[in-house]
Amino acid sequence: MSELLDLNLVEASKALKNKEISSLELTKAYLKSISDTSSLGAYLEIVEDKAISMAKESDKKLIDGIARPLEGIPIGIKDMFCTKDIKTTASSKILENFIPTYESTVTQNLWNDGAVILGKLSCDEFAMGSSNETAAKGNVINPWLKNKKMSPGGSSGGSAAAVAARSALAATGTDTGGSIRQPAAFCGITGLKPTYGRCSRWGIVAFSSSLDQAGPLTRTVSDAALMLNSMAGYDQKDSTSANLKMPDLIDYLNKGIKGKKIGIPKEYTQDGISEDIVKFYEKSIGWLRDEGAEIIPVSLPHTKYALPAYYIIAPAEASSNLARYDGVRYGARQEASSLDEMYELTRGNGFGDEVKRRIMIGTYVLSSGYYDAYYLKAQKVRRLIKEDFENVYKKVDYILTPSTPTTSFELGKKQDPLTMYLNDIFTVPASLAGLPGISLPVGLDKSGLPIGIQLIANSFDEAGLISTARVLEMSAEFNFIADGAAK
Amino acid sequence: MNDTSTLKPGHIQGETGIWEMVIGLEIHAQISSKSKLFSGASASFGSEANRNVSLVDAAMPGMLPVINEFCVEQAVKTGLALNAKINNVSVFDRKNYFYADLPQGYQISQFTKPIVGEGEIIVDLDDGEQTTIGIERLHLEQDAGKSLHDQHPTKSYIDLNRTGVALMEIVSKPDIRSPQEAGAYVKKIRSILRYIGACDGNMEEGSLRADCNVSVRKSGEEFGTRCEIKNLNSIRFIIQAIQSEAERQVDILEEGGTIDQETRLFDTSTGETRSMRSKEDAHDYRYFPDPDLLPLEFTESWVQDIKEKLPELPDSLKKRLVKDFGITAYDASILVEEKDYVDFYQQAANGRDGKLTANWMITELFGALKKDNLSFSESPITSENLGELISLISNGTISGKIAKEVFSEMMKSKKSPSEIVKEKGLEQVSDDSEILKLIDQVISDNQDKVNEYLSGKDKLFGFFVGQVMKLSQGKANPGIVNKLLKEKLK
Repeated sequence: MSELLDLNLVEASKALKNKEISSLELTKAYLKSISDTSSLGAYLEIVEDKAISMAKESDKKLIDGIARPLEGIPIGIKDMFCTKDIKTTASSKILENFIPTYESTVTQNLWNDGAVILGKLSCDEFAMGSSNETAAKGNVINPWLKNKKMSPGGSSGGSAAAVAARSALAATGTDTGGSIRQPAAFCGITGLKPTYGRCSRWGIVAFSSSLDQAGPLTRTVSDAALMLNSMAGYDQKDSTSANLKMPDLIDYLNKGIKGKKIGIPKEYTQDGISEDIVKFYEKSIGWLRDEGAEIIPVSLPHTKYALPAYYIIAPAEASSNLARYDGVRYGARQEASSLDEMYELTRGNGFGDEVKRRIMIGTYVLSSGYYDAYYLKAQKVRRLIKEDFENVYKKVDYILTPSTPTTSFELGKKQDPLTMYLNDIFTVPASLAGLPGISLPVGLDKSGLPIGIQLIANSFDEAGLISTARVLEMSAEFNFIADGAAK
Repeated sequence: MNDTSTLKPGHIQGETGIWEMVIGLEIHAQISSKSKLFSGASASFGSEANRNVSLVDAAMPGMLPVINEFCVEQAVKTGLALNAKINNVSVFDRKNYFYADLPQGYQISQFTKPIVGEGEIIVDLDDGEQTTIGIERLHLEQDAGKSLHDQHPTKSYIDLNRTGVALMEIVSKPDIRSPQEAGAYVKKIRSILRYIGACDGNMEEGSLRADCNVSVRKSGEEFGTRCEIKNLNSIRFIIQAIQSEAERQVDILEEGGTIDQETRLFDTSTGETRSMRSKEDAHDYRYFPDPDLLPLEFTESWVQDIKEKLPELPDSLKKRLVKDFGITAYDASILVEEKDYVDFYQQAANGRDGKLTANWMITELFGALKKDNLSFSESPITSENLGELISLISNGTISGKIAKEVFSEMMKSKKSPSEIVKEKGLEQVSDDSEILKLIDQVISDNQDKVNEYLSGKDKLFGFFVGQVMKLSQGKANPGIVNKLLKEKLK
């Protein structure tokens, strides 16, 4: 079985099409791997029967020679995606028994392309968190170290942990301020957040509508390209979805970066970044230079305001988006003698602390008398941050930054919310600007924890992002496997 | 007490002098659209509870609104008909509040950047005068659902059929000065909406509702503190509620009190308003731009296309009817009240005596429908048949008197007038020799009266005409009877 788990998505896909392996054996290998690594807590729901039947279906197509791009590939789905007839909780108690009657556009795109569902993956409650500790069912454990319980990052912690632990060949995630890139960095895998509007948000439980974007978490850049090929696409049901055709990303994997200009923003090399990360950041710059890129120092002057602006805009939208969880139509309800009391009990019991904190912040910043000082100001800052990037992209093609200021931390150690929020400091600016970003592993720190480097491209240039990331990936030769991964 | 009979409408005589009302209206008009503003669910009225509810309307997790372009077009059309500024870029905002019949926890509306800006309309008052009322804005928004509190002893039931139905909120400037003006304003807005087909204007079904902002002041003073009366669904209630609310405010002010800015409800059983919630209890709606929707943008040429397709509106139609058909401005204003009236009138009057047609339609047809308790659309008489009746009168086939008989038969049997005339042999007799025969008969029967007439008692002429008409059973052409009688009795 172990050879099956060694195959990455591209390799597995090739082996399936060459009939060297079947989707059924591959899927069974992954189902076994899920049970072998169950102590990590990555999965909230495992749909074995469905996985088997989808795998059999795929095998028929493979035999008939009518295989689709992701035919027979077993993947995990972040619990923020609504999946028809499969429990979807957003890792929240308030949705603990919610079974959608509909399928999100992104997951439907994946099934239409032949992917096989293994189950639903844990995340921070309503994707609010950077450690996966806000999940109602408890945290997920980063498979990287066996002796210590480390955080997989968040909010797509279950997705990142599952891919790193080889209990999913790939996974979907959602990224609002770094929720794909930060856990990918913590778990030593690749995480890609596309341009805002590239993937439909229809059927994804909303956290912050102007920022939420779905993307893949995979072992390699090529795997990410294959996944995003299937996930992306215009959707009439999402008014913010971009009506632009994405080129086939596979064609861009080996384009190289000769003559491309890479911007190094001075604002991203501040105090508080771990030494090992600085070291690998510098190494990465060198690798790209060696491959023919021109390295150009740039400035994104409003970077320091990104995090405060993000922690106004995202909670503001969340406070409104989460108003629908009121116990009236679906989800948990606490019976009470009046409507107001029912709301208070239902929401009081149904939401965890972090979600409540953000609802309160969001409600506050939108209140009359505070709106101009907070929400409106934050929107202005957002515009300035966007303009910073626009100015820089007149001079360079891509921007290279660390993904996170530190590597993974021990679970239960970071309790202060503000310190926790600092995890997103390098990922939030691109989110506010709606730009595509990718985090990929380039090395290990002294403790043996993975280090992620982030590349940010201009809007809708996922193709260029993939070319550049692939160059960096080949230079870094990151071939480590997590200690706690299924073997 | 002072004599109030000479007070102008909208004025209230108090101990300290005359008070003037200041009124502004917010009309909620449901757009005549098959589907809702942001979902594909049906917007039809009267379905079984919770039948017309999509995943979006029920605010299921991950559901997103998609704007219904037809509704946008109706709002632009209405804006143009209200002579208002069309904003080619507008923004949808979320108005946040919790209520059991508001599934999203917010209503999608337009707050700072509405689709339509300032405009104005001319309102016709009962005394034949006209006044201009300013429009502040028009915006698009979703309706909420319905809470049913009387279905269960301890529970409330929720019906989401109305949730998400498209509404236009038309906000007037505080230009209205009397309940009657307010009534006329609503009537005019309703008429315009029906002309352009943007809203069916059906107040009983709730397609058109109004919130009235009322304050009072002494003439020339600053505006007073206003109260808002919510959700009035008939013109009669609007007039009653404003009058009663203004009187309440005058009473308070005259006693040295102050008006609390609050939201009030009109109790139709007492004819008075009562407090619903005070300013302190007002919601903080936390408006912010809806991040699920892009700003609504359209081109000037798209607006122009809509403008060109706009039907003729009541004001211009009224002028044209006066000019083309020679009818009075008063008659014209009645005919343009409803598009159905004008269409009917124009078909009936086409190529005929416009004045006569207007008289017959307004006096006879409207009167008969009212008497039979029928709506205009239920009229047994078609425009073709009324037109034919006018022709029969004009060309002398029947007299006006016979026409009334034919008309009541038309109301009963729905037959065409010529059919009735033929069946009953009601054609007017215009043949000289036939009429002469009748005249001879009358003369020989009334020789004594003839002598009196000839000896100078001119008044008797009418008697002879009457006798001839009677003998002809009303069918003789009165003009010819007159002419021939005069000759005969010379």
